[in-house]
Amino acid sequence: MNDTATPDAPEDLSQWSKVITPQRGWLDVRWRDLWQYRDLIYMFVRRDFVGTYKQTVLGPLWFFLQPLFTTIVFTIVFGRIAKISTDSVPPPLFYLSGVVMWQYFADCLQKTSTTFTANADIFGKVYFPRLVLPISTVITNLITFAIQFSLFLGVLVFFKLQGAPVFPNFRMAILPLLLVMMAALGLGVGCLVSALTTRYRDLSVAVGFGVQLWMYGSTVVYPLSEIAPEWRWLLVLNPMVPIIEAFRFAFLGSGVVEIWQLAMGAGVCVLVLLGGIITFNHVEKTFSDTI
Amino acid sequence: MSAAIRVENVSKRYRLGVINRRMLYQDLQSRWARWRGQEDPHSKVGEKLRGNGENFWALDGINFEIRAGEVIGLIGGNGAGKSTLLKILSRITSPTKGRVCLKGSVASLLEVGTGFHPELTGHENIFLNGTILGMRQSEIRRKFDQIVDFAEVEQFIDTPVKRYSSGMYVRLAFAVAAHLSPEILIIDEVLAVGDARFQEKCLGKMESIAGEGRTILFVSHNMGAIRALCSRGILLREGRVVMDGSIDETITAYIGDNFASASSYEAKERPASPHFERITATQEPAAQGTFSIGQPLVVTFETNPCGKKDLTVGLVIRNSQGVWVQHSSDEFAAAKDPLATVSRCIIPPHALGPGKYHLDALLAKRNEEAYEHLVNALSFEIAFDGAMAARTHAADWKGACGPGLLLWE
Ligand SMILES: Nc1ncnc2c1ncn2[C@@H]1O[C@H](COP(=O)(O)OP(=O)(O)OP(=O)(O)O)[C@@H](O)[C@H]1O
Ligand SMILES: [Mg+2]
Repeated sequence: MNDTATPDAPEDLSQWSKVITPQRGWLDVRWRDLWQYRDLIYMFVRRDFVGTYKQTVLGPLWFFLQPLFTTIVFTIVFGRIAKISTDSVPPPLFYLSGVVMWQYFADCLQKTSTTFTANADIFGKVYFPRLVLPISTVITNLITFAIQFSLFLGVLVFFKLQGAPVFPNFRMAILPLLLVMMAALGLGVGCLVSALTTRYRDLSVAVGFGVQLWMYGSTVVYPLSEIAPEWRWLLVLNPMVPIIEAFRFAFLGSGVVEIWQLAMGAGVCVLVLLGGIITFNHVEKTFSDTI
Repeated sequence: MSAAIRVENVSKRYRLGVINRRMLYQDLQSRWARWRGQEDPHSKVGEKLRGNGENFWALDGINFEIRAGEVIGLIGGNGAGKSTLLKILSRITSPTKGRVCLKGSVASLLEVGTGFHPELTGHENIFLNGTILGMRQSEIRRKFDQIVDFAEVEQFIDTPVKRYSSGMYVRLAFAVAAHLSPEILIIDEVLAVGDARFQEKCLGKMESIAGEGRTILFVSHNMGAIRALCSRGILLREGRVVMDGSIDETITAYIGDNFASASSYEAKERPASPHFERITATQEPAAQGTFSIGQPLVVTFETNPCGKKDLTVGLVIRNSQGVWVQHSSDEFAAAKDPLATVSRCIIPPHALGPGKYHLDALLAKRNEEAYEHLVNALSFEIAFDGAMAARTHAADWKGACGPGLLLWE
C-alpha cells in the first residue's frame, strides 16, 4: 500500500466538507467554527451564571458583599492606617471604583486560567472550539461586573448627594472600551496560563498569588498621582493602570491619565490577547491525549 | 452513493508513561543543572538510553471508506483502538499521520451526558447538552417535546438533575443524543446503559435513525446490537484493520479472535453469598475443548448455596454469531431436590451445530436478583467426528442447531 505516499498530490479535496490532517499551523485559529458555535457560548454563560447563583446560599447578595467588604478593609488599612492619599475623593468611593474594576479583570484571568484543567473530562469526549469556554467565562463575568457596577453607581450617587467633590462627566462613555480592554487582557493572560498549566501543574497555584501582586502593581489602592512623574511610564506599561485611572477620571473626575497611555495599554492588551489565543490554540489540539 | 468518510493511512501515536506531570520548578532546576554541565537531578535512571519516553501506536495505518447511508459496526477487543479512531473522526484528537476526509455534518456520542450540570434542571440540561453536541437552539426547541417523551421524565423536567436517579439521568442524556440529526453519526459503546427495556428502546431508535439514510459508525461489544443495526463490519486488532466485510463474517472473525476454549470453571474467590464452585463440560469418550456433535454433552454445575434454599441454575449458550442458541434452567428438571448442590444439564446430540460456543451461567432465586452471573463461564467447540467428519465439511451446515437433530425418513 504505497499509493498514499504522496498525501499532497494534486487531488481535489473540495468535495469534502472536512479534512482532518495531523498538522495545523500556529496561526490556524478556526474562527469560522467559533462563529458556528455561538449558541454554545450563550449556553455556557447561562450554565455558569445559573450554576453559581444556585450554589451559593447568599445567591446574588454575594456579588455585593465581596466588593463591599474589600472596600471596608481597604478604607481601614490603606486609608486610616497607612494614610495613602485618595486624590481628594472620599476613600470608600475611591477604593470601590478600583475594586470593582480590578475584580472584573482578576475574575476573567483566574477563571479562564483553569479552562483546560477544569474541563478535561468534556474535552476528552466531545469536540467544540475550545475557545468557546474562556470567551463565555469573560461574558459571564460581565454579568457579575454589572451587578457590582450598579453598587458602585449607588454609592457614587449617595456621596454626590452628600456634596462630596466627585465629578462624573461625559467621559463615562469610554466605559465599554475599558471593559473590552480588560476582557482582552484577562482572556489573553488566562489563555496563556491555562495552556501552560497543561504542562506545568504547579503554575495554577502561582496564579492566585500573581494576581495579588499584580493588584499592588496597579492603581487600585493608590492613585497614579502618588507616583513620582519620572517613574509613571514604567507603571503605565501595565494596562490596568491607565484603565483604572481613566475609569476614575470619568466617574469621579480625578486622575492623571493621558490618551497615549490608554492607547499604549490597548496595544498591550491586543498583543497579549493574540499571544494567549495562539498558545491556547496550539495546546488545544494535543491536550486530550495527555489528560 | 458517494463516499461519506474516507480514512487514509491514519496512525495515532501515544507517548507512554508520565508526561506533562512535571512541575515548573523541576524543569527550571533541570535546565540550570544542564547549563552548568551537571547531571539532571530529575532524569530517571536509564532515561537517556530510551530517548524521550516510549511511543505506542494505538492506530497503525488505518484505511477504509464508508459510503453515505452505510451503517458500520466497528468491533475489536479492549485496547484495539476503536475509541481512538472515533476520537480522531470526531476531531477530539488529531492523527499523528494520515488524513481523514468527511462529507456532511458530524455528531459524535462517545459518552452520554457530557457536560450535564448537576445544579441545572432537566430542561436546562437538554439545551446545554444538545448545544454541546452541536445542535442549534432552534433545533432543540423544535425537538424538545420528543426528547422529554423519549426519556420519560416529564414530571421531573424542572427538577435539578442531581436529584435524578442514575437511570433517569442516563435516559435523559441518551434521549438528547438520540435526537441529533447529523449526516454522520459516531457512537461509542453507550448503549450499555439503562435497564433492559430502555436499551431495547434505544436500539429501536438507532434502527430508525439508520433507516433515515444517515451514515453511522457504531462501536459496541454487544454483538446482538451490532448485528441488528449494521450491514458492514470493520474489525480492528492492535490498531490495524484485520477484516472489513459483511457484518456476519466480521463478527465470526472477531469471536474466533477471542476464543480460548475452557471446558471447566473453578471458583477463584468464595463470597459469602450463593455461588458456583465448579462448572464442567464432559463427554464420553473423554474430550477436552472440542466435543463431538454426535454424543451427549454433560454440563455439571456444582454450587455452594451458603444456607439459601430453592436456588435455580440457569444457562445461556451463545454461538459465534452471538445468537442465544439455548436459554434454559434446572426448573425444567423432572424432579428437583430443593437442597441439591449439583445440577446436571445434558445437551443432546446435534442440539448445537458445529462451531464455537460460549456458555453463561446464572445462579438465582426465582423472581429475585441473581446471586452470580458468569459470562463466558465455559467456551468450547462442537465438531463432527467419525464417519460424518470425513463425508461433510462443518462449514456446510449453517443452522444454529446440528443437522442431525431433525428426523429423516
Ligand atoms: N491518552 C492516551 N495516552 C496513552 N495511551 C492511550 C491513550 N488513550 C488510549 N490509549 C491506549 O491506546 C490503546 C487503544 O485505546 P482505545 O481506547 O482506542 O481502545 P478501545 O478499542 O476503545 O478499547 P475498549 O474496547 O476497551 O473501549 C489502548 O492500549 C490504550 O491504552
Ligand atoms: Mg473504547
